[in-house]
Amino acid sequence: MSSRETILATIRRSLGANAGDRTRAATVASRLAEAPKGLIPARGQLPDDKRIQLFARMLEDVSATVERVADAGDVPQRLAKFLKGHNLPPQIVRGEDALLAGLPWDKAKTLEVKVGRADGSETVGLSRAFGGVAETGTLMLASGPENPTTVNFLPEVHVVAIRAEDIAGDYETVFARLRKAYGKGKMPRTFNLVTGASRSADIEQTLLLGAHGPRRLHVMIVG
Amino acid sequence: MQITSPAFKANARQAMADADLQRALGNVERGFIEKRAKAVAKMPEFEELRDSARDIKNHTLAYLDLYLEAYETRVTEAGGKVHWAADAAEARNIILDICKSVEARRVTKGKSMISEEIELNPALEAAGHEVVETDLGEYIIQLRGEHPSHIIAPAVHVNKDQVEADFRRVHTNLPADRNLDEPETLLAEARGILREKFLSADVGITGANFLVAETGTSIIVTNEGNGDLTQILPRIHVVIASLEKIVPTLEDVSQILRVLARSATGQEFSVYTTLSTGPKHPGDPDGPEEYHVVLLDNGRSAMLGSEFEEMLRCIRCGACMNHCPVYHAVGGHAYGWVYPGPMGSVLTPSLVGVDKGGQLPNASTFCGRCESVCPMRIPLPKMMRHWREREFERHLSPATVRWGLGAWAFAAKRPRLYQFVTGLAARGMALAARNKGRFGWLPLAGGWTKYRDLPAPQGQTFQQMWAKRSRRA
Repeated sequence: MSSRETILATIRRSLGANAGDRTRAATVASRLAEAPKGLIPARGQLPDDKRIQLFARMLEDVSATVERVADAGDVPQRLAKFLKGHNLPPQIVRGEDALLAGLPWDKAKTLEVKVGRADGSETVGLSRAFGGVAETGTLMLASGPENPTTVNFLPEVHVVAIRAEDIAGDYETVFARLRKAYGKGKMPRTFNLVTGASRSADIEQTLLLGAHGPRRLHVMIVG
Repeated sequence: MQITSPAFKANARQAMADADLQRALGNVERGFIEKRAKAVAKMPEFEELRDSARDIKNHTLAYLDLYLEAYETRVTEAGGKVHWAADAAEARNIILDICKSVEARRVTKGKSMISEEIELNPALEAAGHEVVETDLGEYIIQLRGEHPSHIIAPAVHVNKDQVEADFRRVHTNLPADRNLDEPETLLAEARGILREKFLSADVGITGANFLVAETGTSIIVTNEGNGDLTQILPRIHVVIASLEKIVPTLEDVSQILRVLARSATGQEFSVYTTLSTGPKHPGDPDGPEEYHVVLLDNGRSAMLGSEFEEMLRCIRCGACMNHCPVYHAVGGHAYGWVYPGPMGSVLTPSLVGVDKGGQLPNASTFCGRCESVCPMRIPLPKMMRHWREREFERHLSPATVRWGLGAWAFAAKRPRLYQFVTGLAARGMALAARNKGRFGWLPLAGGWTKYRDLPAPQGQTFQQMWAKRSRRA
């Protein structure tokens, strides 16, 4: 008997269950199909404007910076200004995301834009988030040519653009959208939930920013 | 690693005499408890979320075989492979074979307690692979040749000046006169050194906080981002996880994530929660080409249906040890195996046997703080009592304990005799200590009076006082 069979048999024996039990199988199948929601905290159920405010405040609480950009067309200039203001080189790496690709990059002439994955040589990465969660100020990013995962982790500074309408109150709402976008049971290779910049408290429990990932996280709420 | 749990008492004495360790342990008591309390206070629904998290795991465990099969189907559909490992040796061999298949030179690792449990690093090194732990705490203890002393803060027993000394000893290619006074500079140095390792690794191994049956996804929860660099850069990503990590759906994970970080580090949410499913998709510019999951049993399937089943709800947040007075006093290494603190005191005997781990359930004051903070509401003290029973039944406890308990049981089963003896003892002891009201020395109680006085009884037993009260009422 293979280890797989041994393990499953031991589990069934310990539980007193039969392999062919249809009732058990139906219970599991319906749980997986329906994916019932549990308790959503009140702070995850706020109306539009308050939800976006909470999202920004929670991000600021974890040392991220947040700016609101009403018109998507202003993102390149605002990004150039942000880089200049923090003495960062005017060079970014980003994926092929349609929202990012459609921005008027010629408006920020000094900005050098590399399209593709990051290789560790870049200082600033720009991503577009699939969704956001106000409850904890969490960004959700899906991997792919649109937004390579390396852009989220290798550069020193991570700038994330997110449309205001993509900010949900709770995780469950974004997971439901993800199911619609990729199909039930399917996922992007990597789905990152990012809440703040990289940090470690492994030396004497003192919190320090910039462990292995980005030292700084900047979020642009578009719209 | 050699199991030194049977020597817990000697380990504890040594730990309490270790000045460096005692200095470091102060950080546990000061930091974690306050941070958790603050995070919990900010979430009014926290207690209900604990109930919800507990119920999800109870449901999952009751159907564990079916959820594992569903999970495996999804992983396979996504292009990954699930390897079932009955024990530590089988898990090691599976991973060695995977590393061998690509002639891996360098293997990077995210933090994993299962890796410690199966003693993966020595096996990989013996097979000629360079193993690099990338979590800062794990990296520090790897340099020191030690094991984690805490499940989420592996180097909590090490002080900053010790880290500095280790870095100077090992990072010899850097200028000897560099300034490493600040923790920031230590972190920056580790970041620089590990960045090169990430970029040149052939295989990346991570643990998993959760496995999702609905999607075939493995999830890691970290703050540093090291787990992510470990898994997206090399050609192969290997996940090593024990089988009780499974949850049904993304909704279920959302519930448990709401209690995990708050209980562990007192954060609202950890910085990086990463969901990984299969190898990279066609057209993806990054991500691993192969994705393997090693599912470890190692004794867990036999815990189902036993009085220790509830231990399988554990999500490894560390809250129990952060709040444990025994852990505060002796640290994690004294427990003598992989899992310290209250969760270790229950899990260790389950996984290595009560003959080796039986000392640990006795290393508890039964104050109940562990259970009161456990996000999964695991009745840890109750299970430690079960282990004490088993130890007694199997005649593993010392003769003095057995004799004492035997004598007590004889009297306790005979109420008149019990009342007579305790009444005599209370009166006698009150009389003997009438001057000081306490004992500095007592026969048969040297273990107590060696370190502190025993307050003397006032002359009456509890039962006598109770009877008097009842008569009055």
